[in-house]
Amino acid sequence: MLVFGFWTTKICNTRNCFNKIVLIALFSLTFHCNGFASIVCPDLKKILTKFDSPSRWFMLGKKCKVPAGARERLKEAIAISEAMSEHAQKQAARYDLLLPEDAGFLEGDEDEDTNTISQADIADAVDITSGSKYFNLHLSQFGPYRLDYSRTGRNLLVGGKKGHVACIDWQTKDLKCEMNVMETVNDVKWLHTEAMFAVAQKRWLYIYDSKGVELHCVKKFNDVLRMQFLPYHFLLATASATGFLQYLDVSIGKEVAAICTKMGRLDVMAQNPHNAVIHLGHPNGTVSLWSPNQKESLVKMLCHRGAVRSLAVDKTGTYMVTSGLDRKLKVYDIRAFKPLHSCFLPAGASCLSLSQRGLLSAATGEIVQVYQNVLGSNPVSKPYMAHRLRGQIWGLAYCPFEDVLGIGHGEGFTSMIVPGAGEPNFDALDTNPYRSHKQRQEWEVKALLEKVQPELIGLDPGQLSKVDQASFEQRHKEQIEALGFDPLAKDKFKPRTKKKGRSSAGAIEKRKRKVAHEDQRDEIRQSVQERTEREKELKEKSNEKKLGNKSTLDRFRK
Amino acid sequence: TTADFAVKTHIWTDDWQVHHLIEGSDDERKHKKLLEAIGSMGGRKRKKQNERSEASVQVSEYFVNAEGTGDKVNLSDLLGTVEKTSGASNKTKKQLRNLQSSKETLELPLNKQQTEKVSAEFSVQLLVSCWKNIILQNQKAEQMVFPLNQESSGPKRVEQVVAGWKVQTPLEQEIFRLLHGSRQPVNDPVLTPVEEQSLKAMSLEEAKIRRAELQKARALQSYYEAKAKREKKIKSKKYHKVQNKAKRKDFLKQFDEMVKTNPEGALEELKKMELSRMEERMSLKHQNSGKWAKSKAIMAKYDDSARKAMQEQLQMNKDLTQKMVVPSDDEHESIEEGLETVPDFVNDPETVIDPVNPWMRGQLTHEEPEVSCVTAEEVQTAEEENEEEEIIGEFERKRKLRQVVEEDVVEVSDKEEEDEDEEEDVSEFNTLFRLMRSEKTREGSNQTRGGLNTAGEEDEEGLLSEGQIRVRSIEDLEVLDEVVEPRAIEEPSAPQTAAAEATSEPPHKKKREINLKEVLTKEAKAVRLPFLPTVVDEEERDEQISIIKEAFAGDDVISDFIKDKSRQEAAGRPAVVDLTLPGWGEWGGVGLKPPRWKRKRFRIKTAPPPPRQDQKLPDVIISEKRTASVASHQVSQLPFPFQNTAQFESSIRTPIGSTWNTQTVVKNMTKPKVVTKLGAIIEPMVKEDFIKSKTTALWLLEIGHKKFVFSVLGIVGLHVNSCAFCL
Repeated sequence: MLVFGFWTTKICNTRNCFNKIVLIALFSLTFHCNGFASIVCPDLKKILTKFDSPSRWFMLGKKCKVPAGARERLKEAIAISEAMSEHAQKQAARYDLLLPEDAGFLEGDEDEDTNTISQADIADAVDITSGSKYFNLHLSQFGPYRLDYSRTGRNLLVGGKKGHVACIDWQTKDLKCEMNVMETVNDVKWLHTEAMFAVAQKRWLYIYDSKGVELHCVKKFNDVLRMQFLPYHFLLATASATGFLQYLDVSIGKEVAAICTKMGRLDVMAQNPHNAVIHLGHPNGTVSLWSPNQKESLVKMLCHRGAVRSLAVDKTGTYMVTSGLDRKLKVYDIRAFKPLHSCFLPAGASCLSLSQRGLLSAATGEIVQVYQNVLGSNPVSKPYMAHRLRGQIWGLAYCPFEDVLGIGHGEGFTSMIVPGAGEPNFDALDTNPYRSHKQRQEWEVKALLEKVQPELIGLDPGQLSKVDQASFEQRHKEQIEALGFDPLAKDKFKPRTKKKGRSSAGAIEKRKRKVAHEDQRDEIRQSVQERTEREKELKEKSNEKKLGNKSTLDRFRK
Repeated sequence: TTADFAVKTHIWTDDWQVHHLIEGSDDERKHKKLLEAIGSMGGRKRKKQNERSEASVQVSEYFVNAEGTGDKVNLSDLLGTVEKTSGASNKTKKQLRNLQSSKETLELPLNKQQTEKVSAEFSVQLLVSCWKNIILQNQKAEQMVFPLNQESSGPKRVEQVVAGWKVQTPLEQEIFRLLHGSRQPVNDPVLTPVEEQSLKAMSLEEAKIRRAELQKARALQSYYEAKAKREKKIKSKKYHKVQNKAKRKDFLKQFDEMVKTNPEGALEELKKMELSRMEERMSLKHQNSGKWAKSKAIMAKYDDSARKAMQEQLQMNKDLTQKMVVPSDDEHESIEEGLETVPDFVNDPETVIDPVNPWMRGQLTHEEPEVSCVTAEEVQTAEEENEEEEIIGEFERKRKLRQVVEEDVVEVSDKEEEDEDEEEDVSEFNTLFRLMRSEKTREGSNQTRGGLNTAGEEDEEGLLSEGQIRVRSIEDLEVLDEVVEPRAIEEPSAPQTAAAEATSEPPHKKKREINLKEVLTKEAKAVRLPFLPTVVDEEERDEQISIIKEAFAGDDVISDFIKDKSRQEAAGRPAVVDLTLPGWGEWGGVGLKPPRWKRKRFRIKTAPPPPRQDQKLPDVIISEKRTASVASHQVSQLPFPFQNTAQFESSIRTPIGSTWNTQTVVKNMTKPKVVTKLGAIIEPMVKEDFIKSKTTALWLLEIGHKKFVFSVLGIVGLHVNSCAFCL
């Protein structure tokens, strides 16, 4: 068995300054068993290169080509902006030097499946600090439990069905507050900092501070079943049993939007971290996407033949994983809304969770299974890790920036070590697990200043950088009417007058014909060229296959 | 008597010509003159030069004579030998031949006034044009720092400090005289004064610039001359009339300005006007007394235009004879003052510093020794830049190397394999879709044929049962496990039959392309579990079954979804506006349908909307509503230089904020357009400011750090750009 955790050099991401570098080894060990040693898990490396190659990572949109007959000013404007964006990309790539950490991994011996390795073995193998990250909280009285980690990954919030709510600094096992709200607790959620959390109780939504003092009872939000917090918008999205999706702006304490979904009880909910769109799963097998700006769903997709049981969206907003009553697990590309692959889990998955590095954990009955390489087109065959618990699993969540999976179940809470789950490099100006009180305060002010307005939530997060086409066209039309000509139109071709009878009507017409539809011609020419090239390639390939890679003349080739 | 007069004059002229002739040859000369006089008596007067007939000590240039003088000299006479010489290149020979064959004569140069005028106009233009570039550059510059030529704040060299120091005491003066007189280096500098001067005089680049300027000037002047000549040649009276009128207007406009700026010139102009007035008063021009005027006077009775022409003439006369307003006395005074205050340097003799160096004669631009120091710094920074690049390159290399090593150690499944897998997946999906389409079309045809064709439906049911499973009840669901695997085996046969069906029955109506049911029943792979779940308790099982029952409460999820989607699509389609009036032009009543022609004419169909986004996604409904919430934050007008939205969008695609950028980039991107130094006096720009920067920029260009210049010296970089364009 080989376990590799990451030496987490806690460096801020690209934008950070040097003074905030904190060097901490999270858990650091290369453990060799039976004299077998290998260096890196191949699959993980693939993921790494896929997500982190600087060329893709730092690319910012498409380059703009300077049109042929452009004005000097336009040329300059484009050149300047291109130079600037290139400079920005280069600088960002240079700062990539400061992200040296690789993610951890787990590798079995020959003929040993990683999913047979028990948590106890792993905890024994790793160092004490890391080993202490595998622990159980036996809370059989008020279970089953829902849970939530704070954005920095330091604090854990657990809420038992029967009213038990506790928040813990899980690394030091320091209990911050514990109470019983004497009501059914449906869901718990941290707000923007670890100083406040929301609890969805039987009737209303309550907000407590970290000491357990009740701050608010929000009576506009009733029968809440699930909650999601959108950190950059300061919005708490709630889904209720009455079919309402509501948004609460926690910075000003106002309800931003209340949408009647007309889809019945809403107990499956996830957020897309990429564009802050809320995904809801419904009993009729559909998943609907919502923004606070539209009273109807943005997208509705039929995913399962039975009810949707659980949902998860990955960090980049590319993939969505769903599980339904038909006991299927499906992976969707939610940019194109197309299913990538599906697999059949005999027990069905009741809870799903995706880690920062794309590990999928699914709760099937009493077993938690962790899958690797689910996101992508190749279907999964066997789990990466598995862990059996006692009692129904009610909540699953990965801890950010740690190789830890938190499981809330009927018998309490279990923290499970999953090597390779957490992102090793974090952005200290955004989410710093090691921030001090002062830093947190500073961050809070800055985050509030940079708060994104709820109007900007939509399927395309880059909408703001686009020109508003509808009003642009309207304005353009008005301008044409006022001026009597189109100011943006291309100049019509005017043939020059020539002498000696070459400017006759026919000749002029001929010359006009020569340049007619020039732009279309360009496109056609290009497409034809591409096609011929493709055909040529295919032909060459087939020829090679036919000839068996070698011809008699090949020996003269260098 | 006429001959006598001719002789006399001739003698006189010759006398003037050969006033220093030697005394001895007097007789001979007289004789020749006589001969000449006789020769010239008949008809044309031909002047013949004296010939030298004997060798003498002093040879007058007037006696050098060539044979056949008076004849035209041909080019061939001068260069005829070139053809024969073997050394001359063929090219030159050819050129010469071409020259000979061309018959064109050179045009006469313009007269003095016109040349002066052209050159004056041109010089003004030159003055303005040299500023044009710098103004444009400053307008375009990303950042301007005022005052413009700030001295570097760092420590200075001793020579620079000493340069500003003046000698005061006589002893010092004496010492300096001694030192500078001998042209010896002071304070042990790198260069002697002579060398420095020569360096200062004019660098190669400056010389090049100067030469280019002169070339340009010459070329432009020749263009102007040619233009003036062309205009002069134009015979059209109307053209000249218009031209003159325009000129007059222009002149009047300028005159007012001239009074203020150049009183001397204005006075001269006034004098000219006075003269023209005199002439006008003297002459009978414009007084309707000429032949033309008389003829017009006859016509004036009947012809309006003639009358008008006459009146115009009179008006002209009036205008020209009007007395000019004499400028007041104080103006005269100011003019006199202006005359007095001619700058002193006019009288200064030209200081020739180094007789050997021809460049020294020109006015020197003050070049500080600072320049070299600055450049040295720049070179250093450039080197640093290079080092940084090298570091990055090294980092990249190392990373690649690491990757390669890792790949060698553990056999990573290649990317190509992955791609192939993807392709296979896609192709599988496509075949499924094709199959579905064919089925759907068949369904559509069935419907068109005759409502609910039960037999057809049964047939379809049979087919469906072959290819897929429908879950309608719990029993079905329970069986699902067993069915999953055999279905996978069966599947390959299904598409063939479907395809055959499709070919046999051509589709009549194009309907939905993809069958939903197929998409949902996509093959799922069963996952092997490490340890199977514990046996489910009976109670839990019952509970689960009840849940499932609830979930499938007697309805088909898929058909519901299809209905929902078709409803959405129908809502998006524009409605047909029916304007038919029942009973108009025909019998009306209950149960009567309006005739076809009426329906055709009065039912207005609007254009169909653009295709829906979810047109090709059977299991997805995408809302077509436009959200107006973002619109208020978006840009709705194209800013100036951009011609289309794509250009503008790509120009703002790079975020400026510190969340996405490094600190330096943020600073660079948000730097202010104008920076002024607190408390510093901002002087107006002088020519030396930009000329110097030009030269330094050029120097940097030559070194080959173009990129460096662009990135580091913001403004100077732009100067380089413009230099490259203008030179």
